Amino acid sequence: MTNHYIDLQHCDVFLIMGSNAAENHPIAFKWVMKAKERGAKIISVDPRFTRTSAKADFYAALRSGTDIAFIGGMIKYILENEKYFKDYVVNYTNASFVVDEKFDFNDGLFSGFDPATRKYDRSSWSLKKDKDGIPERDLTLQNPRCVFQLLKKHYSRYDIEKVSAITGTPVEDLKTVYEMYSTTGVKDKAGTIMYALGQTQHTTGVQNIRTFCIMQLLLGNIGISGGGVNALRGEPNVQGSTDQAILFHILPGYLAAPRASQQAFDEYLKNITPKSADPRSANWQQNYPKYAVSLLKSWYGEKATKENEFGYSWLPKIDDGQDYSIMTTFDVMYDKKIKGLVVIGQNPACSLPNANKIRTAMTNLDWFVHMNIFDNETASFWKGPGMDPKKIKTEVFLLPAAASMEKAGSMTNSGRWVQWKYKAAEPPGDAISVGDIIYRIMSKVKEFYKKEKGAFPDPIVNLKWDYADKKGWFDPMKVAMEMNGRFLEDVTVGDKTYKKGECVPSFALLQADGKTSSGNWIHCGGFTQDGTNLSMRRKKDDPTGLGLFSQWAWAWPVNRRIIYNRASVDLNGQPYNPKRPLLAWVDGKWVGDVPDGPWPPMSDQEKGKYPFIMKPDGLAALFGPGLIDGPFPEFYEPLEGPLSNNLLGKQLTNPAIKIFSRSCDPVAGCDPRYPVVMTTYTCTEHWCTGGGTRWASWLTEAMPRAYVEMSEELAEIKGIKNGDEVKVESARGSLTCIAMVTTRFRPFKCGDQVIHQVGMTYNYGWLFPKDCGESANLLTPTVGDANSMTPEYKAFMVNVRKV
Amino acid sequence: MSNGKSILVDTSLCTACRGCQVACKQWNGLPGTKTKQIGTYQNPQDLSSDTYKVVRFAEGKKENGKPYWYFFSDMCRHCVDPPCLEKAGEPSAIYQDKASGAVIYTKVTKKLDTDAIIESCPYNIPRMGKDGTLAKCTMCLDRQQANMVPACVQSCPTGAMVFGERSAILTEAKSRVEALKGVYPKAQAIDADSVRVIFIVSDEPQKYHQYAAG
Repeated sequence: MTNHYIDLQHCDVFLIMGSNAAENHPIAFKWVMKAKERGAKIISVDPRFTRTSAKADFYAALRSGTDIAFIGGMIKYILENEKYFKDYVVNYTNASFVVDEKFDFNDGLFSGFDPATRKYDRSSWSLKKDKDGIPERDLTLQNPRCVFQLLKKHYSRYDIEKVSAITGTPVEDLKTVYEMYSTTGVKDKAGTIMYALGQTQHTTGVQNIRTFCIMQLLLGNIGISGGGVNALRGEPNVQGSTDQAILFHILPGYLAAPRASQQAFDEYLKNITPKSADPRSANWQQNYPKYAVSLLKSWYGEKATKENEFGYSWLPKIDDGQDYSIMTTFDVMYDKKIKGLVVIGQNPACSLPNANKIRTAMTNLDWFVHMNIFDNETASFWKGPGMDPKKIKTEVFLLPAAASMEKAGSMTNSGRWVQWKYKAAEPPGDAISVGDIIYRIMSKVKEFYKKEKGAFPDPIVNLKWDYADKKGWFDPMKVAMEMNGRFLEDVTVGDKTYKKGECVPSFALLQADGKTSSGNWIHCGGFTQDGTNLSMRRKKDDPTGLGLFSQWAWAWPVNRRIIYNRASVDLNGQPYNPKRPLLAWVDGKWVGDVPDGPWPPMSDQEKGKYPFIMKPDGLAALFGPGLIDGPFPEFYEPLEGPLSNNLLGKQLTNPAIKIFSRSCDPVAGCDPRYPVVMTTYTCTEHWCTGGGTRWASWLTEAMPRAYVEMSEELAEIKGIKNGDEVKVESARGSLTCIAMVTTRFRPFKCGDQVIHQVGMTYNYGWLFPKDCGESANLLTPTVGDANSMTPEYKAFMVNVRKV
Repeated sequence: MSNGKSILVDTSLCTACRGCQVACKQWNGLPGTKTKQIGTYQNPQDLSSDTYKVVRFAEGKKENGKPYWYFFSDMCRHCVDPPCLEKAGEPSAIYQDKASGAVIYTKVTKKLDTDAIIESCPYNIPRMGKDGTLAKCTMCLDRQQANMVPACVQSCPTGAMVFGERSAILTEAKSRVEALKGVYPKAQAIDADSVRVIFIVSDEPQKYHQYAAG
């Protein structure tokens, strides 16, 4: 989240789209209801009328996978009706920047596309710079090649009738949403976006979010209290695990993972460190070398020296052009090229697309280690449906793990608050924390490599591995301190000297010469110099009255509760919205939240800096050349969709997605055998694949068995009655479940076509309870977003029939 | 008695998360029963001697053609003058707690004409267990006596359920209904004068549940 949960109470108009917050973030939703009691309006946009929709002031249905068309229409509406917040757009976004002459867009493709490789040459997606290397600007926004005009041109194609024919949303409903939401484009109103996996799990997932960003920037809704683009992450610790680099393309703190072509550390640093010649741009990412060196010092300790590039050569490098996403990993496993697998607290046999393929792939493993609090369909894949245990060679180790309340450590919520938790109970039986399991395994691996060497022992034997307490147990506090980082020698910054061994109290003090360590630069500052763990704070002081609670736990970065908060003030540092002042420049200093940098307001021509400090140019990107599939979001149909034409251009699907083309991954778009759009989701009562919740009798009592929700109209066509047992089939698999016939799903009228949609939760699996039904992921296709490889769980094609 | 305690259930704030349904079972030590998916989110289908609180889901089409989905976390209303108590006429079986006004059933209900008592409840609440006794919500009298709010109220994330002195709850019910009426002209606090568990609805009670208003 750019903001945080409590801040939702300050919103004036909510657009909840791609999130079913009432069901999946039920506790957070109280802040939405609080805002509603104050008079805020809630808009729910979802293919299905959900428990969130039931609480909304206005509900609009859209066909799964058509979000960019829906919001693209809104961008057109905002621009053409001048609903945007002009001061903000001119001063804080790159609307005024001039784009390279060679940039173009035609028939659904941006300039530079190579169909043979399915890749863009992005060199033409660049900004014009003056002789000093500073982007050229036209503050009147009239230059036909400026970002503002190109944006306007791009979305001029998204006229409301066309959008309606794509999304299936009636024109009147589109108009209502556009009007309601764009009322927030004034300085004293805030609109917020609440989204979740309903936006990300598409082949255009990242661009879906970009569309929101553009809309929010036009309305001046980013960096302000009550606004923002707010990703509601999974409640346990999804934000925390992403921060610690659970994804393949990053190192901790979102530093880029090294590529094979970056064999030298200098080369890597050059690639990940953006440059700016503009003295008004803070370009905070110019500090990445300090963070990368401090990370290596944290991992390799004294073994990391300037002479050996701090051990950079020991890091694994990803082959250029290759991705190590989970879908690709299992694809390679299916191809028998992976021998061993460790799965921690996950259930890929139910949670990954085309789960039959996933389960088959696992039979190719020599060994498989699973850590969990319960048995699940993954741990027991070898005795699942269609498996003959006698023919499966895989040796399986199931290691009993402590549950979250049986161990101490930090959890990071969606609002980036790092909160320390304490152990509430001893784990049962032989169960120990996953931290202990990993600590013991790695200690043993180090011992073996030390003794027996092996092909490449350096990264393992040189790893600093000292996170146990005196009794040999894994100590999460030691890890937390390591992530914060320490001074490894006495360091003097300005007039202050920090002693060797002290905690680094801010990432601004990290060094690129090896004198500091930090296992994750964004966590740096979570400890004070003397080693106080700020995530343990529980003070409820609220001096701003905005519910920032700055002394409750600690938020990254540097305890900033709302990021890009200098965009909430005008050029003189005065809050745009005096009713909710997040920040103000008073008597030569900032008052309120922790500002995005110490510099004075922008009206100070010499010292003022642009507010979007993580962008190289300092301004928020309406034109965003950083993604691989286009600098402006463009609507494409899902890979497996119901229509053979894209009404907005000749390109049907996202041209830059990776295609898994083997026979085990069939795709059947516009196929009469599978005429119904399907989407998947979850419910309040179960968590993800139900691996934990299906064992809780009160929850299975409330949601006992897999069901497919469908409209009354589709049920009539198919001769299905509410409560009937039905078969749901896709090109990849089939399952039996119960039909839930409801007025909460309606057919979509897309131009002349009537398109039906159904939906299922993915909360079930064959293991337990015995009759609860199978995973909806037997049906989903192996395809992901072009940038992130997040699977397209949200839009694909099926058939439904009565059993 | 008309003082004592009350619970407000403002369905306009309820998201049907069913935390109350589960919390009730957890506190009262009631088992998860074997249920079937029959084409609805509502499960268990009804109250029982193992289920004192059930969230009822009702859906349909509004006048403008858009769907509605109403949630009603059904439970004993703890009537100010309970017909079941009167029908029983046996204080060792059904009595009213003096401090709170909670209506409490004991094992002695087994000896009563249970059908007649069930029949006497306008809200269709009491259920007979396998042992022949009648069972229903206790307003968590044991928690109240330990200075805790009822388990269902404790679990509610949105503030849809509030517990407190009856006079304060009546005032709050009145002001909430007034506020709701601006948008929902049919808003009302059902039978506020005669029950302790007061449901606020923003549409006709029958659209929520057959016995919502008795």
